[in-house]
Amino acid sequence: MSEGETIRAAFKGKLGSFSLDAAFVAPAKGVTALFGPSGCGKTTVLRCIAGLQRLPDGLCVVGGDVWQDPNGAFLPTFRRPLGYVFQEASLFAHLSVRRNLMFGAPRGEGEAAKGKIAFDEVVELLGIKALLDRAPGRLSGGERQRVAIGRALLTEPKLLLMDEPLSALDRTSKDEILPFLERLRDRLSLPIIYITHAIAEVERLADQIVLMEKGRVIGSGPLEELQSDPTLPLAIARDAAVTLDGLIEAYDGRYGLVTLSVRGGSLVAPSAAASAGEHRRVRVIAGDVSLALGPPGLSSILNVLPARVASANAVDANEVVAVIALGPDGTGARLLSRLTRRSWEALGLAEGASVYAQVKAVALAPGRGELG
Amino acid sequence: MPGIPSEIWVPIQLTIELAAITTLSLLVVATPLAWWLARSRAAWKEAVAAVVSLPMVLPPTVLGFYLLIALGPDGPGGAIASLWGARTLAFTFTGLVIASIVASMPFVVQPIRNAFAAIGDRPLEVAATLRASPRRAFWTVALPLASPGLLTGAVLGFAHTVGEFGVILMIGGNIPGRTRVMSTAIFDFVETMRWREANMLAGGMVVFAFAVILLMILIEKRFARARG
Repeated sequence: MSEGETIRAAFKGKLGSFSLDAAFVAPAKGVTALFGPSGCGKTTVLRCIAGLQRLPDGLCVVGGDVWQDPNGAFLPTFRRPLGYVFQEASLFAHLSVRRNLMFGAPRGEGEAAKGKIAFDEVVELLGIKALLDRAPGRLSGGERQRVAIGRALLTEPKLLLMDEPLSALDRTSKDEILPFLERLRDRLSLPIIYITHAIAEVERLADQIVLMEKGRVIGSGPLEELQSDPTLPLAIARDAAVTLDGLIEAYDGRYGLVTLSVRGGSLVAPSAAASAGEHRRVRVIAGDVSLALGPPGLSSILNVLPARVASANAVDANEVVAVIALGPDGTGARLLSRLTRRSWEALGLAEGASVYAQVKAVALAPGRGELG
Repeated sequence: MPGIPSEIWVPIQLTIELAAITTLSLLVVATPLAWWLARSRAAWKEAVAAVVSLPMVLPPTVLGFYLLIALGPDGPGGAIASLWGARTLAFTFTGLVIASIVASMPFVVQPIRNAFAAIGDRPLEVAATLRASPRRAFWTVALPLASPGLLTGAVLGFAHTVGEFGVILMIGGNIPGRTRVMSTAIFDFVETMRWREANMLAGGMVVFAFAVILLMILIEKRFARARG
């Protein structure tokens, strides 16, 4: 990756009794999730990137532009081409929704004309047309957050920072906003750094992930790789899963099933009608993958794929999580399989062993056409 | 105004003029001061706040005494007055304005400072992430959000200036047509046993005070409703 295509951040320092020492490099495209438990310093990192907080020796370079470096360069927040969505929408109470949206939009006709993000487009994308003339006080939590996202987008940022935009919302509002975020990711070529402590949001939205713990970065890279890295906490979590990129090959309307190809194999999953050539996010939970030494006989399980055991780690005294590389030669995408130590030993499994992975359930993220 | 003797009408006019000029000057001076008191992290800012609040606790005669010295021929006020050939600012309308600004300052600074503090950092951070310079954030976010506090400050400043007596008497000397305002005129009428005139002015003040407070309550209610 060249400098122009990355986001580089490194922040070190003490804030009260909390010490932060976090550094990562992420590609300046797609969604990068900053993931970790509450209090691990995610928000501080985001605030440092935005320049809302200043740690003296910090480094922040976005797409080749230096926002802060240890030599003392520091661009004040209002000069950084970023959008920031706070945990609470924080709309300006004295302005209507429309004027909130326009607050940070570039002014002057010339600029508006060449602007990439048009007002109408954002309003349509976020479904806030009916709210434009209302006061922020009369919006629901979900509506408010959508307006806040629109307001950030209309500044035409080069980087969008989102600090747990869903955490202050109830279940229904969350479900209402997630599809909008997916649309945002798919329609705008805008890099997003997204803070969350909910793995479900990571699995639905993120392309890359930066894992944080106690003020430190313990791993960063493509989501798929980190999910299947047994040395990281994601793979041994109770709800561990992997997210793969699947390409739709065929749709069988008689049974409502799609066939998707992933690296090293293909999967069959229930789905609404979908057309070949579409990319879909595929989620496979570790607990849904079992292993067999030979191809099983007749079975209700649709997905049985030849694979190899790449590595295995004990979760506790009685359970093992194995990383399974698809394909007879083990060069394809990786799945996780959670099995008992007894099964592990009974099958005589070891790293490099040839197995058949039986996948009980494959979940597909909704396609673009289904978002309405 | 027909029907009202000038010895009553003139003090009323003078009072309104004094209170209006004082209030406008106070908004200009007190707003940046309140902003600084609300946002600065300087350790000594509370000392400044205490100095600003002094007129609230000092006896008006004490405040008036030192203002008299400051505005007199040997004080800075005298030096300023010499710019246009006068000898002193004491016993002049200008002197009254300066004294009223000092005496009413805490009543204006306090509510504005509280309003700025109540906004918190967040709206200003949001403004910064929306490309607003600190100056633009102040004018388009902080000031409108603090407007109920500014309004309260203005009303309190106006009302307090109208009601100020001790300081005015010390600085102004109760000169008819120049420094005799309503509060000192009432005092004068009472001293000379003219109860009817005293009653007209005092009664007017009661009505005025009632109207001011009612207006403030109504405006605050409207603000609260608009913000939902």
